[in-house]
Amino acid sequence: MARAALPGRLNWQLATVVELRDETASVKSIVLDPPQWQGHRAGQHVDVRLTAPDGYQAQRSYSIASAPEDEHLVLTVERLDDGEVSPYLVDELTPGDELELRGPIGGYFVWEQSQGGPLLLIAGGSGIVPFRAILRHGTAVGNPVAVRLLYSSRSLDEVIYREELIGLEDDGAVEIDYTLTRVWPDDWHGHRGRIDRELLEEVAWEPSEQPLVFVCGPSGFVEAAAQALVENGHATKRIRTERFGPTS
Amino acid sequence: MSPVSRGFFGRRRPVADPSRVPPGQYVTSDFPVLSAGPTPHTPLDEWSFTIQGAVEKPVSWPWVEMLSLPSEMVTVDIHCVTKWTKLDTRWRGVSVDTLLEAVQSEADYLTVRCDGGYTTNLSREDVSDGKAWVAYEYDGDPLEPEHGGPARLLVPHLYFWKSAKWVRGITFTKDDEPGFWENYGYHNHGDPWLEQRYQGD
Repeated sequence: MARAALPGRLNWQLATVVELRDETASVKSIVLDPPQWQGHRAGQHVDVRLTAPDGYQAQRSYSIASAPEDEHLVLTVERLDDGEVSPYLVDELTPGDELELRGPIGGYFVWEQSQGGPLLLIAGGSGIVPFRAILRHGTAVGNPVAVRLLYSSRSLDEVIYREELIGLEDDGAVEIDYTLTRVWPDDWHGHRGRIDRELLEEVAWEPSEQPLVFVCGPSGFVEAAAQALVENGHATKRIRTERFGPTS
Repeated sequence: MSPVSRGFFGRRRPVADPSRVPPGQYVTSDFPVLSAGPTPHTPLDEWSFTIQGAVEKPVSWPWVEMLSLPSEMVTVDIHCVTKWTKLDTRWRGVSVDTLLEAVQSEADYLTVRCDGGYTTNLSREDVSDGKAWVAYEYDGDPLEPEHGGPARLLVPHLYFWKSAKWVRGITFTKDDEPGFWENYGYHNHGDPWLEQRYQGD
């Protein structure tokens, strides 16, 4: 990726689609080569803009799935069947296409080494995407803090980055707890059901260890998880949230 | 000019009046929630709204006094920087004009303060002359905590991050001091009709 400093303004640019990776039946990762990428911090997002032949445009925001150190910019997108932009990105886009985007955007839901740890990442569904960036960034800077990830999915088939997460855990980059909320295999050893105070007490660092907590997922998931953390004694100032709206 | 995205035609939902939808926005019937941290739950008997800073004398209204001030019913369109627009939202609240009548200040800028530590900056002009409210009812019901209850600022002519949730007061400032998102690269003013989303827009 070419890097250029663009102080003061986020310009739209045409990134080339390098590759598309199937993550789950409804989720793809889009590997991109933006011509002028100023770099980003793990946890930030980009705006994507599509243009129809008659000039009509649609814009949406997507979390960045790649670490700042990665060669390419990666977005991971879940197809929302009644959506306007995500079905195009997941079903229509092919390598060689150009995708208009600008970013990086957002500076609060990010993690850098200077913020320390321990880190607790709580993901619901595709809320895992910015955490891939954070986990890969952690690895790139030598895993300076202990990281735990609690990942809630409807089913095992819907777990995004499954192989990669196994690898990250094997490498000691993160300890992962999974919880499946709708269906689970007969031999499932992970947790079952939605995240609640009890599960958080079991999985999270003690409040006295003052973990830095990031929660990302659908709005109701984030509200419930953040509320349960506060009730368990975690300081609100140490809890950062990012919510997906029901529309996209 | 943006090049055409190959194979994209849009799934445009019919909108009664496209002239009410700012550039880059889409209309939703949902009411999405965005927040940087956990939802605060301040008991009403501990709640007050205070105007302070560069004012002759600070003034404060406890919850019951805020409710006793003259209120207005407003129906407005709201626009979130994350691209959704919601039309004809119904609110009840106290006009910021009414609150500002109680203080003397020469300052042109203000910072809105909230439970949870959130702040946003506005000019006096942007909250004057019927442009802003401290809203405590949405669609006929008490404002839910997730949407900023017990009270949020309502400044519908700007992107909705300026309509700060869990609002607790206003601090007048001599200079324009960027708030929470304004410090993280979002536009200082945030006019949706000029698509002022991020710094430099």
